[in-house]
Amino acid sequence: MLNIYLGRFEGKSRKVARAAFVYLLLLGLGFLFAMPLVWLLSTSLKSNEQVGMWPPVWIPYPFVWQNYFVAWTSGNFGLYFFNTTLITVLATVGQLLTASMAAFGFARLRFPGREFLFAVLLATLMLPFVVTMIPTFILFKYLGWLNSFKPLIVPSYFGGGAFFIFLLRQFFKTLPTEMFEQATIDGASNYRIYLQILLPLSKPALSTVAIFGFMQHWNDFLGPLIYLSSPEKFTLALGLRQFIQRTEVRYQEMMAMALLMTLPVLLVFFFFQQYFIRGVVMTGIKG
Amino acid sequence: MSQDSLSISDGRATGSLSSKPRSVWASPLRRREAFDGIVFIMPWFLGLLIFILGPFAAGFYYSLTEYDSLLPPQWLGLQNYHRILVGDDRFWVAVYNTVWYVTAAVAPQVILGLLLAILLNQKARGITVFRTVFFMPSIVPIVASVSLFIFILHDRFGLLNETLYQVFGIVGPNWLTSPDWSKPSLVLWSLWGIGGGMIIYLAGLQGIPETLYEAAAIDGAGAMRSFWKITVPMISPTILFVLIMGIIGSFQIFTPVFLLGGTNYGQAAAGPMDSLLFWVVFIYNQGFFYFRMGYASALAWLLFLLLVILTLIQFRLAGRWVYYEDEAVNR
Repeated sequence: MLNIYLGRFEGKSRKVARAAFVYLLLLGLGFLFAMPLVWLLSTSLKSNEQVGMWPPVWIPYPFVWQNYFVAWTSGNFGLYFFNTTLITVLATVGQLLTASMAAFGFARLRFPGREFLFAVLLATLMLPFVVTMIPTFILFKYLGWLNSFKPLIVPSYFGGGAFFIFLLRQFFKTLPTEMFEQATIDGASNYRIYLQILLPLSKPALSTVAIFGFMQHWNDFLGPLIYLSSPEKFTLALGLRQFIQRTEVRYQEMMAMALLMTLPVLLVFFFFQQYFIRGVVMTGIKG
Repeated sequence: MSQDSLSISDGRATGSLSSKPRSVWASPLRRREAFDGIVFIMPWFLGLLIFILGPFAAGFYYSLTEYDSLLPPQWLGLQNYHRILVGDDRFWVAVYNTVWYVTAAVAPQVILGLLLAILLNQKARGITVFRTVFFMPSIVPIVASVSLFIFILHDRFGLLNETLYQVFGIVGPNWLTSPDWSKPSLVLWSLWGIGGGMIIYLAGLQGIPETLYEAAAIDGAGAMRSFWKITVPMISPTILFVLIMGIIGSFQIFTPVFLLGGTNYGQAAAGPMDSLLFWVVFIYNQGFFYFRMGYASALAWLLFLLLVILTLIQFRLAGRWVYYEDEAVNR
């Protein structure tokens, strides 16, 4: 786009100068943004002496892989990892299932009050979470679900979040109507259409939801903080917080655990990058 | 089979021609469709009642009571609200801190995010690598990124203060332990995550037809002119979206504040000299540390009311500066 802004000052040297300026800016800013993550990786492999050294050690020698082992065994990180994975998988499955159901209803089936209910759904997108946080806690306390995974999983089976329903509905709306009509004419029920036509056709949109859902639950801190109290129920977020709260911190170990918690998210991001962008495009453009 | 297809077109006809909406549902096929529709949205609808509307209303009730979640709630009327607004100095500290942060963090999100997106919207070689680099920090789990910043911002051997001292000869501040610098530290952390807004802008920018810029260039418009007359109006709905969501999100910021604030000071702490006592941290402390659920609910409702007012004001003002293409075409 800047190409066109500046297009009228043709001239070769000007063009080269401009490109050089843009690259320098990108490199400078890019360095600032990338540096913390590089520092995270580098520190996690340092010996204790190298941690506070000047000039900063970017490539530790030797690599102290032991940091990972020491940090892992200092808490119950194997268990935290398992707990986090369990919660994330179960909750994301619920979101995929019930959000796609609701989105199908809103996108394809006509029923009385549909437009009104959809407006309510959009309104809940902007509802601040704090206003329901305390009563929801009291509800789970009343149900006897405190210090269990249920408060972190079960709500996902009730619609899975307005944002995801909205995102899926937008996608379902783009599928050709004729296909659904033909299926109905051929005698397929709406349940069969949902399972055998809609879901298989919607893999890209469902992947987007799965990725966003995965990150939401994997990264969640406030939920586990409020609902989980005994250490054997902790998630990675709570385990890492124990590191932060220690008075005697060995930063290389804290960084090792922070990196282990980040790694799955980054892997998912790299493998499914295009679904991310698509999700943003589908929801962000018109607000 | 043929009967089915007939009744479909029948349903259609009544749907579009009849002036009385009720008769639409008289068709058995439409009635089955309506029934199925309700079945499909039922999980969401129950969730709406159980996890949103129910708690929403219950929260308002609790805000009018004294409630420790063990004994039944005691009716107080508006006393909680009165006490918060008139008798609680720490509430106003929390409001001050929160507004300070919202102002300092949302402006870069909206403005720098857009500039960054424009920079990254060019057709340069390797641009996707740069996009990834800028976007990546915004997906790092908050607990992990806060751990990292606690280390980088360490008074003595943090990378930032070391660099300031060794390279520029400046003795850096005690970022996390000084009441003057704890909020700027938080803003620094939030700047790192600016790529989240950037990617939304990028999607918006790519929706602007290239021909607009070409036409402007032919008419002799310069870079600044094209920016203000094409980019800004065309992207203005996205700016509004980022602004509204940024404000709602920043007012409710909790995890990084809670983690930074409690680091050296214990559970219900709020940073050095309450400098990290934010609205939601205050709610958390009142509700889950002191078990004053009624008081915490009133605090939450006040935040809710404030956000509703702010959002309505923004929508009202939006008419003046946000440009919607479809509306303009229809006019």
